[in-house]
Amino acid sequence: MTERTRTIAVVTAGLSQPSSTRMLADRLAEATSSRLAEKGIPAEVRIFELRDVALDVMNNMLTGFPSPKLDAVIEAVTGADGLIAVTPIFTTSASGLFKSFFDVIDNRSLTDMPTVIAATAGTARHSLALDYAIRPMFTYLHAVVATTAVFAASEDWGSGADTVKTLPDRIDRAAGELAALIAASDRSNSVRDPFTIDASFSPTGGFQPSI
Amino acid sequence: MQFGIFSVGDLTTDPTTGRTPTEQERIKAILTIAQKVEEVGLDVFATGEHHNPPFVPSSPTTMLGYIAAKTERIILSTATTLITTSDPVKIAEDFAMLQHVADGRVDLTLGRGNTGPVYPWFGQDIRQGIPLALENYALLRRLWTEEFVDWEGQFRTPLQGFQSTPRPLDGVAPFVWHGSIRTPEIAEQAAFYGDGFFANHIFWPASHTAKMVGFYRQRFEHYGHGTAEQAIVGLGGQVFMRKNSQDAVKEFRPYFDNAPVYGHGPSLEEFTSQTPLTVGSPQEVIDRTLGFRDYVGDYQRQLFLMDHAGLPLKTVLEQLDLLGEEVVPVLRREFAKNRPATVPDAPTHASLVAAAAAAPVGASVGAPVEVA
Repeated sequence: MTERTRTIAVVTAGLSQPSSTRMLADRLAEATSSRLAEKGIPAEVRIFELRDVALDVMNNMLTGFPSPKLDAVIEAVTGADGLIAVTPIFTTSASGLFKSFFDVIDNRSLTDMPTVIAATAGTARHSLALDYAIRPMFTYLHAVVATTAVFAASEDWGSGADTVKTLPDRIDRAAGELAALIAASDRSNSVRDPFTIDASFSPTGGFQPSI
Repeated sequence: MQFGIFSVGDLTTDPTTGRTPTEQERIKAILTIAQKVEEVGLDVFATGEHHNPPFVPSSPTTMLGYIAAKTERIILSTATTLITTSDPVKIAEDFAMLQHVADGRVDLTLGRGNTGPVYPWFGQDIRQGIPLALENYALLRRLWTEEFVDWEGQFRTPLQGFQSTPRPLDGVAPFVWHGSIRTPEIAEQAAFYGDGFFANHIFWPASHTAKMVGFYRQRFEHYGHGTAEQAIVGLGGQVFMRKNSQDAVKEFRPYFDNAPVYGHGPSLEEFTSQTPLTVGSPQEVIDRTLGFRDYVGDYQRQLFLMDHAGLPLKTVLEQLDLLGEEVVPVLRREFAKNRPATVPDAPTHASLVAAAAAAPVGASVGAPVEVA
C-alpha cells in the first residue's frame, strides 16, 4: 500500500534576505523529508516566511480576525502533519513576530501537532531561550515538541562550530524525532469541522425546556 | 423585512476636532438618533449594553422606555443584552415592563459579552460564558411562560414559587434573538428554541457569517420549527455614505483610522474588502447590502452601525436621512423580489399574539423535538 503523503509546515520568522533562520528551517525540512523517505513516506513541505504576513498578523491582533492571506497560512500550518518552527532570538526570546503569529491562531489548533523548534542567534549564549521561552509556548498549545531543539549560532555556519556534535548532527537528530512523530500522525487526513459541537452539549443547559 | 440601526454607545473623541462629548450629550444624542430612526421610516432601534467606560448604555430599558414614549411605530431592541452577567429574573422583569410601556414594540438580542472583567464584577467567570448563556436563558423563558416558577440551577440563588412581575404583555414573551460572532453553540441554542439568530457580521468576513447562518438554518429545521429557509436571521452592517463616493471616503477615513475597535490597524480599503463595511455612495451601499442575501439567504432584519467612533450627531442624522430616503426604500423593493412567500417576516408582538391565539390550548410554543 502506498503511504499517504504527509505535509510539513515550516514557519520561519527570519527577517533578512538571505536569512540564517530560513537556512536552518530549510535544512530541517530537507532532513525531515529524507528521514520520512527512508520510511517510504512521501512528504510535501510548505514554507511560510512570517515576514510576508507581518502586517496581517498585527492587523489580526487589532481587529480579531485574519485577512484572507493570513487565514490561508493559518489553515495550512494548523492542518499540517508536522511543524518546523524557527525563530531568531531577539532580546532573550522568540522574535515578536514569531510570538504574535502563535498568539493570533486559535489556541486549540496545534493540539497534538508534531513539532520541532529551532532558533538562531549571534552566539551560543542564547541557546537556552529555546527551552525556557519557546518550548513552554508550544507546550501550552498542546503541541508534541520533539525533545531535540536545534540552535544555530553564527559560528555554526563557519569554522568556529562545535566539532563534536555538529549542526548537521543536531539537525539530523531532530529530523529523526520529528519524522517518527509525523509518520504516526493523521492530522492532515482528518476533517476538522469548526461547527462540531461536543456530544454532551445541551442547548438548554441540561434544563427541561419550559412548556 | 425590517431595517434599523444598532448603537454600541461608545463615548469617543471626535478625531477631527479633538472634542469629546459629555456622557449626557452622548446619551441624549442616542435618544435623538433613535427618534430619527422612526422619522426616516426605519423599523428598529437597538442599543448595546456595557458596564465599562467609554461606553454609556448600562441601562438599556431606561433608554428604551424613554424612546417608547417618544415614538409610535419602531421596534425597540438590544444588541446585545448580556445574558451571562445579568440576572435573568431582572431581564424578565425589565423587558416585560418595557413591553407594557411600549405597547409590545419590544424584542431583544441576547449576547454573552466579551469584556473579561465584567464577569467577575457581576460575580461570574468568563470561562463559564456558554453554560451561563444556556442556563440563564432556560430560566428567563420559564419566567415569561410560566406563572409560578420553581428553579434551582448552578448560577443563581434558587426560586420557590416565584412569579416575575409584570407578566408579559398579552401573555406573550418578547421575541428573542441570539447574537454570536463565532460560537456554534449559540446558533444551536437559537435553533433549538426556534428563536432568531443575529450575526454581528461587522468584524468578521462574510464567509464566516455565511457558515454560521447556514449552520443555524440547518439546525432550525432539524428541531422542527420549519424549513431552513424559514429560520429567522438578522445581520449587522456598517456604512458611511455621501452623495459622492470619494466624499464619503475622505470624510470617514479619520474616524475609521482612529476608531476604538479597528483603528490604527488595517487600512479603510483593506477593512472594506474583508468585512461588510461600506463607505461610499447610497448606490454602493444598496449594491453591497443586497449582496448579503447571496450568502445568508432571504433574511428578516438588517441593522446598521451608524453612531460610533466619535461621529458628530449632525453627521449621524444626515446618514439616517440618506438611509431612510435613498437606501432602505430600494432595499425593501429589491429584497422583496424573488423572496419565496414561505419565508416569514420577523415575529412581532402582534404576530406572536395571533400565533398564541391560533395554537391549541396546552400546545407548547416552538416545541422542541428532542432534549439532549
